[in-house]
Amino acid sequence: MAAKKLNLKDKYKLLTRDLDWDFSYEDRKQAFPYEDFEGIKIHDWSKWEDPFRLTMDAYWKYQAEKEKKLYAIFDASQQHNGHLNVSDARYINAIKLFLTGISPLEYQAYQGFAHVGRQFGGVGARVACQMQSIDELRHVQTQVHAMSQYNKFFDGFHDWTHMHDRVWYLSVPKSFFDDARTGGPFEFLVAISFSFEYVLTNLVFVPFMSGAAHNGDMATVTFGFSAQSDEARHMTLGLEVIKFLLEQDEANVPIVQKWIDKWFWRGTRLLSIVGMMMDYMLPNKVMSWKEGWEVYFEEAGGALFKDLARYGIRMPKYAGVIEKEKEHVSHQAWWTFYTYGHAAGFHTWIPTDEELDWLGEKYPDTFDKYYRPRWELAKKLEAEGKRIYHNALPQLCNTCQIPLLFTDMDNPTEVSHCVTEYQGDKYHFCSDGCKDIFEDEPEKYVQAWLPAHQIFQGNCGGPDIPDILKDYYHFNLGADNLDIKGSPDEQRWKEWKKQG
Amino acid sequence: MTIEIKTATIEPIRSTFANLQRRFGDKPASRYQEATYDVQAETNFHYRPLWQPDRLLNDKRRTAVVMEDWYSLKDPRQFYYGSYVQQRARMQEQAENNYAFFEKRDLARHLSDDARNSLIRHLVPLRHVEHTANLNNVYGSAYGYGTAVTQAMLFDGMDRLGIAQYLSRIGLILDGNTGESLSAAKQSWMQDSCWQGMRAMCEKSLTVEDWFETFVLQDLVIDTLMQELFYVRFDQWLSEHGGQDVGMLTEFMRDWYKDTSRWVDAVLKEAVSESAANQQLIQGWFGNWRGRVVEALAPVVADMNIDDAALDIALQTLDKRAAKVGL
Ligand SMILES: [Fe+2]
Ligand SMILES: [Fe+2]
Ligand SMILES: [Zn+2]
Repeated sequence: MAAKKLNLKDKYKLLTRDLDWDFSYEDRKQAFPYEDFEGIKIHDWSKWEDPFRLTMDAYWKYQAEKEKKLYAIFDASQQHNGHLNVSDARYINAIKLFLTGISPLEYQAYQGFAHVGRQFGGVGARVACQMQSIDELRHVQTQVHAMSQYNKFFDGFHDWTHMHDRVWYLSVPKSFFDDARTGGPFEFLVAISFSFEYVLTNLVFVPFMSGAAHNGDMATVTFGFSAQSDEARHMTLGLEVIKFLLEQDEANVPIVQKWIDKWFWRGTRLLSIVGMMMDYMLPNKVMSWKEGWEVYFEEAGGALFKDLARYGIRMPKYAGVIEKEKEHVSHQAWWTFYTYGHAAGFHTWIPTDEELDWLGEKYPDTFDKYYRPRWELAKKLEAEGKRIYHNALPQLCNTCQIPLLFTDMDNPTEVSHCVTEYQGDKYHFCSDGCKDIFEDEPEKYVQAWLPAHQIFQGNCGGPDIPDILKDYYHFNLGADNLDIKGSPDEQRWKEWKKQG
Repeated sequence: MTIEIKTATIEPIRSTFANLQRRFGDKPASRYQEATYDVQAETNFHYRPLWQPDRLLNDKRRTAVVMEDWYSLKDPRQFYYGSYVQQRARMQEQAENNYAFFEKRDLARHLSDDARNSLIRHLVPLRHVEHTANLNNVYGSAYGYGTAVTQAMLFDGMDRLGIAQYLSRIGLILDGNTGESLSAAKQSWMQDSCWQGMRAMCEKSLTVEDWFETFVLQDLVIDTLMQELFYVRFDQWLSEHGGQDVGMLTEFMRDWYKDTSRWVDAVLKEAVSESAANQQLIQGWFGNWRGRVVEALAPVVADMNIDDAALDIALQTLDKRAAKVGL
């Protein structure tokens, strides 16, 4: 019999889509119990368009080739002391933030996609999610392997998962992903696949990876590029999810819109650490946060939402506020870390004069007016031997968990602070965006594990802050924290470079 | 890039991450260790899952099995993502060669009618069992505890999707890519009385709540019996009934089973030897499902017309395997 030629779509369908069946002996709802409670209506899973049609044999083959190349670079970097090729010891702090703040989210992505990859009723959607799940496991593991080398020569990497579960500023990324994973399966996909992977992921990866490239960090560049082709698949999944939900039932539209509003806001709050990394932590700059935002969100995202208008989807709420924020957030965030530098697991510093000028050029409307004076003051105090360290525990936003450090965007000298009441208690927020999210699901957000509150309640050891930093966070005090000036990292770096 | 610095003078300040130092001392760690131990979040979860409000996001109580340290369930193959995909890539290359050879020589033409019919009726429907196994292992990955066991469950889940796809390809080879044999096999799966017990068992397995129980049911009981009956006994029957070349197309499944059993046995052994309570619990699950799966498979085995003793022999293999892990 002459074999008929199959196109990719038909072949994938025959190999994969037809594996499931209609149950006769058990209630399908018991096997897939979480599909209904969010109010999303799915009428026909067979309308799901497979976003990528990759069979497992091809997956193993391609991914193994990528891994082989990637690990060859890691091995070479280890043999040749690749860590000495980075631009400056200051750079290393950007990837400390990455390992402690972002890599654990890759792990949560693995878990979240395993969960929905088991729960969706449609086999096409399940398989796509399972593949993303295993990809995300790849990402966390390749990142740990890349950072393993840096951990051997620098401080601040050594207890990354322990810190992620406890350290005050790391509750910002942790609560973000906890929020997504504790949501229903459809909210999870709108949050992570669409709002994060599709709309915002370029704003994490491009800055970190080009930052690494500009600063001689081959290991990070390599895992970043290697992950790019996985990300391309994840983005197509994100777009398919949205289209599928919107096409299945009109009643899904307002639910999806609400999630887009929420996750877009939560995502941009999370990205403020990326903004600070781009503007302050990279010795060799790539572009400013503001430029990145304009290219990757305003241009690309604007076109996307124009496209989604035909489904009745509009731009995320508060997109206008965010447009103003791009002028401010990175400066406000780094200033906060600088002044709390004794309580951070990485080093902070005052920008060099050259860098202050660069910031002035990139932010002509705001930097010289609002932020340069702060740094001039900091320089003066440092010269007098009185480097600024704030000791009071900051008030945290109950939703995004960032200290109340952002200002009113129309009035950049005034800290923005919103309050709401729920069951007789007051809750504090950095913004209307965060307050809205709380008010929509107060019973969820009252559960938040707020690091400052937990410290006050005695749940983090202590009572003194240094004890908490040392015993509860596992910081090596005097090595992981404080200014880069005089740090062991800096001393070793100078020593190595002298030998060279 | 050139490095001028004499490497001998650059001394590392630590050998590995602090969690591994606490476990194993300050000595260089393997990539498996760095990628596995303590990677999953342990504490300070922010919110309760809307889909399971009585549990934490990562919660040990999703099984009744109790382990002092869930990371003692390590994988003797030391699979992390990179080593896993590279190992499977080698296996798929071999499989690809076998399938290509089979198709190039058009070996399907030499199949007897008996062999062809039995393949469609008895082997190809296993793709639905593999699909169930995919879901059951992903279940353990999603709700299990500790990266050591959950990553291996995901690897197993993806393996099973791969096997389901290989079985589908066997169907496509038999029907010249029309998909007719896949439809016929599904028809059997849905309607032939010989398959209904097994189909009901698959549906049932998807409703089991305790992930470790699912693991015992799927990866120990169903998989051992399925391997023995379909990939050993049925393979023998095929070679005696004009279907000897089909063995090339199922070699992957036999190699996979050898590889995966090492992991399944290691996990079971560790969990069983942890405490008398675990032993009792797992023994109870094993005893319960063993009988029910045998009952579910009996009509298919009878329909396959293989050796009368096949089911007994398979059961002996299962019991031997169980005894080895302390059941
Ligand atoms: Fe990722
Ligand atoms: Fe991703
Ligand atoms: Zn906030």
